[in-house]
Amino acid sequence: MSFPFYDSGFWPALALGVLFGLALEGAGFASARKLTAQFTLRDFSVFKVMFTAVIVAATGLWLAEELGLMAPRSVFIPTLYAWAIAVGGALIGAGFAIGGYCPGTSAVGLASGRWDALVFIVGMIAGAAVFAWGFDAISPLYWAAPGPKGQTLDQLLGLPVPAILVAMIAVAAGGFWLGSRLERRFGGPIGSSDVTCGSEGAQPPETGTRPGSMRPS
Amino acid sequence: MHGQPRPYWNPLVAGLILGLALLATFLVTGHGLGASGLSARLTAALGSWILPEATAANAYLGGYVKAGAPLAGWITWEVLGVVLGGLIGSLTSRRFRPKVEGGPRLTPARRLTYAFVGGALVGFGARLARGCTSGLGLSGSATLAVAGFVFLIAFFAAGFLTMRLARGAWT
Repeated sequence: MSFPFYDSGFWPALALGVLFGLALEGAGFASARKLTAQFTLRDFSVFKVMFTAVIVAATGLWLAEELGLMAPRSVFIPTLYAWAIAVGGALIGAGFAIGGYCPGTSAVGLASGRWDALVFIVGMIAGAAVFAWGFDAISPLYWAAPGPKGQTLDQLLGLPVPAILVAMIAVAAGGFWLGSRLERRFGGPIGSSDVTCGSEGAQPPETGTRPGSMRPS
Repeated sequence: MHGQPRPYWNPLVAGLILGLALLATFLVTGHGLGASGLSARLTAALGSWILPEATAANAYLGGYVKAGAPLAGWITWEVLGVVLGGLIGSLTSRRFRPKVEGGPRLTPARRLTYAFVGGALVGFGARLARGCTSGLGLSGSATLAVAGFVFLIAFFAAGFLTMRLARGAWT
């Protein structure tokens, strides 16, 4: 048995994308208000969904290797370019807090009828165009401080993969517990009826109606 | 006019399904899920339509143009699927709403301005980082790549810091 199949065809791509889209929409990630409430501590869905997905996929990849279904390191592992990834990641975090989406969630936002997601996508194309236009000047930052090719956490720390997985589960469990406490404190999490009421304009209902709802100072 | 929307999925259930979809993607294609790669391809496609010579000569976009048909690629089919999945999900759950969604204190025009500015920062940042929340944060971290975790730390830190200034737009 030899995974991966390295199949880049149209139909598997479309089917996997549909699953991705269904999961993002089902999680509530078509709503910019729900997404950005992660950063006001009112809704920890972004953290919970991402961490759960990473742990499930990482455990599955490890099992596939252990069971001999897949050769070690046969999937694409990105390489660290420390400055580009730190600065780029920070720009995406800042843009998410201002614009309300990241690239994947803007696609399901658009699919759920959100005009702000369409404008966000136009903005992304403009940002990519500015990057391309200034690429010669940006190039030193883009290539600075490269790490070892495809380096993984277990290699960096000299620990076995299961130890990393257990540590990730522990961090996730602590984060979920703390997140749920903060959600209750700040009147979250945001539900589907909180963001779908009001069919026009940026006019959601007043949100401070739940018991215990308050704004952090 | 609209029926009552169905509740969102429990985040752990959504995370489990997303994780299984991501695992299936790795097993089928040898790489993870992505999204922002399409913005580079869209930029190359639009560029070669509006400014063909400058785009072909551009150090970053030239490669996409030289390969011919910048939009014909895995990431395009996958994001098409994401939009389709989002449409199926929102329609069947009565969560589809044509609207501008933002905080109660923002006018729609201002919300759209912020959406454009935020989108531009994300579009630039994703090209610089060589990926976004999907390609690096989710897929990279699932391979335990150091790059994925560095991305996530920078993403969450900047998100929390920026929200200290931007919270008036959402609350």
